[in-house]
Amino acid sequence: MAVVVGQNKMTLNHVRAGSSVKVEYLEASPLKERLMSMGVVSGTVIKVLSSAPLGDPMEINVRSYNLAMRRKDAEKIVVSLLPTA
Amino acid sequence: MSTLSVALTGNPNTGKSTIFNELTGIRQKIGNWPGVTVDKRMGYIKHDDRAISIVDLPGTYSVNARSPEEKIVIDYLLNEHPDIVVDVIDASNIERNLFLTLQLLEHHIPVLLDLNMIDEATKRGMKISSKKLSDLIGMPVVETIGRSAKSTKKLLSVFTSTVMANYKNSDLIESHIEAVAAVRAGEGKDDDKEEKVIALRYALIDKLISETVDTSNMASTSTTEKIDHFLANGFIALPILLLLLYAVFEVTFTWIGQPLADALDFIINTWFSGVVDDALTTLGVADWLHSLVVDGVIAGVGSVLTFVPLIFTLFFCLSVLDGTGYMARVAFVMDPIMRRAGLTGKGIMPLIMGFGCGVPAIMGARALDSEKDRMVSILVTPFLTCGAKLPVMALFAAVFFPDNASNVVFCMYIVGIVMAIIMAKVLNVTTFRDKQSTFLLELPPYRIPDIKTVLLETWDKGKGYLIKAGTIIFAMSVLIWFLSNYNFSGPTDEMTESFLAVLGAGVSHLFAWQGFASWQAGAAAITGVVAKEAVISTMGILYNVGDVADDTVDAANQMMTALGGSFTALSALAFMVFTQLYSPCVTALGTIKKETGKWKWMFFAFAYTCVVAWIVSLLVYQIGRLLGFN
Repeated sequence: MAVVVGQNKMTLNHVRAGSSVKVEYLEASPLKERLMSMGVVSGTVIKVLSSAPLGDPMEINVRSYNLAMRRKDAEKIVVSLLPTA
Repeated sequence: MSTLSVALTGNPNTGKSTIFNELTGIRQKIGNWPGVTVDKRMGYIKHDDRAISIVDLPGTYSVNARSPEEKIVIDYLLNEHPDIVVDVIDASNIERNLFLTLQLLEHHIPVLLDLNMIDEATKRGMKISSKKLSDLIGMPVVETIGRSAKSTKKLLSVFTSTVMANYKNSDLIESHIEAVAAVRAGEGKDDDKEEKVIALRYALIDKLISETVDTSNMASTSTTEKIDHFLANGFIALPILLLLLYAVFEVTFTWIGQPLADALDFIINTWFSGVVDDALTTLGVADWLHSLVVDGVIAGVGSVLTFVPLIFTLFFCLSVLDGTGYMARVAFVMDPIMRRAGLTGKGIMPLIMGFGCGVPAIMGARALDSEKDRMVSILVTPFLTCGAKLPVMALFAAVFFPDNASNVVFCMYIVGIVMAIIMAKVLNVTTFRDKQSTFLLELPPYRIPDIKTVLLETWDKGKGYLIKAGTIIFAMSVLIWFLSNYNFSGPTDEMTESFLAVLGAGVSHLFAWQGFASWQAGAAAITGVVAKEAVISTMGILYNVGDVADDTVDAANQMMTALGGSFTALSALAFMVFTQLYSPCVTALGTIKKETGKWKWMFFAFAYTCVVAWIVSLLVYQIGRLLGFN
């Protein structure tokens, strides 16, 4: 039930584990600047890893480290799906 | 030659503190940065006849001065001008680590880049050209393997041989700085400009990485991700988490900590106290001095010292878990559950500690992200049933609810947990309404903890408890001793005529509607602030039951007759609820003062828990009466 934000675009919280995506842009949120400082900027490639057992928070691999964030914060990150390698 | 000043800076999880500990060992001093509860760690060392002072700045991802830690880092570097600023970088995570580096260079702070844990990066298939990186940015670059003696030596030699003044930002960096300045001088909102600056930095980082790091051989799935499959992702992660927490608890309160605590208790309160007792008798010192030393100082300070093994063991276990990287997973797994209570995943550990002892729990709140999370955690911890409240609950339950004793005790645990959750919610929407609670957490690779760092951390936290809380409990012990042994006409042998009895009678008026308005209950409540166990021993003395037996059942029989007269089952329940919830003990209060840095929060913690306890015990008693109980 991916929410489509335009062609091939979706918000990060809807990306399935194991998929790689490219960050399109970040919507305004209290975490925006911190996320950007930690390397989540337009053009960055993110690999979505498995979530915590209760489905939230989710874990991503970005710039060769792993970062955990809540799904409601991931909702503010608009990404486009990359073809699986 | 003057002392060479070195400052270590860098992201969290880069092994920076390990390097600091390896460099300085036990020659380090831990203080506080002015006005905040962030540790200031300084160390001194001699190398090649040169005195070197090293400061370990807090680990930060950036220096935007948004958090106290970030402000400390940038203020220190700009105001103190250390001779050498070392930027410790986790080599396998160089991309994000370079963000801080660029920020420092933008401030024209020359940095010595330390590509740490270079072995890990190599193992993961990354090839980094230090030489090229150094040329590109214009700063010296050194490679280290966190905890090897060789790396430590190498770093020290680099410190003494490097003259930072010889290094200038490269043209590449200078043109980046100009670009940043242009963005800042341009039109637009500050936030938007800042975001553009961040994008510029990562654009430069991408360029630096593409020219210096070869990742073509990198494995797609790391060992850490494979372990996380069990410890952080799958359903099995939850039982494993419970099992590990249970193990920590067992080690602390059953296997290692408690036996040591009992041994220490015996040594201090039986053996040492006896020896001193005899010595004072032989020397023929005045009775009042004798009593002050034995009943006041040794009994009081001894009760604090017996907590020490528990605290050291608990912190040791948690430090080990933290060193492996597992604590980040605990926060990750528990976040959705904690969030419902208005807390965050990272808050789980301090609260679990609260069932053992509130003191390490309050100190454990340090690890939390935001001021709000720290404060809420500190302020709700005292509601939990710590090890000292348990005997009070067990005894009262055995006396008044002999058929349901364990259920009643269990209910007291629930009362504590429920109130902690309710107050966390209340504090969230009132006092700390405007403050953000966020959850953005790096899950670092699993590592074998550095034993030196674990031991130093354990010692550091335990020592702080010894000194700060020890001074407060010392003073309070003397005070309570005085109050229970004196009245206006001088020393008294009858505690019933002491200041404490008068105070107890005064305090007891507060409990008129709770059904336990006896002066003994009032006095017990007062001494319970010193240590919760004291509620029982005070009542034992005041009701003249003689020594309260160690065994709960015997003690219950002793207390039965005494307490039965002044408590009904319902008022006893109200008293238990009150004891469960009211004021943290003085040691915990002292810790709150130390951790929050403000007297205000200590008094607040005292006052609001008392109010909550008063209201809830009132409700228990009055609703109980309405329902026809007695």
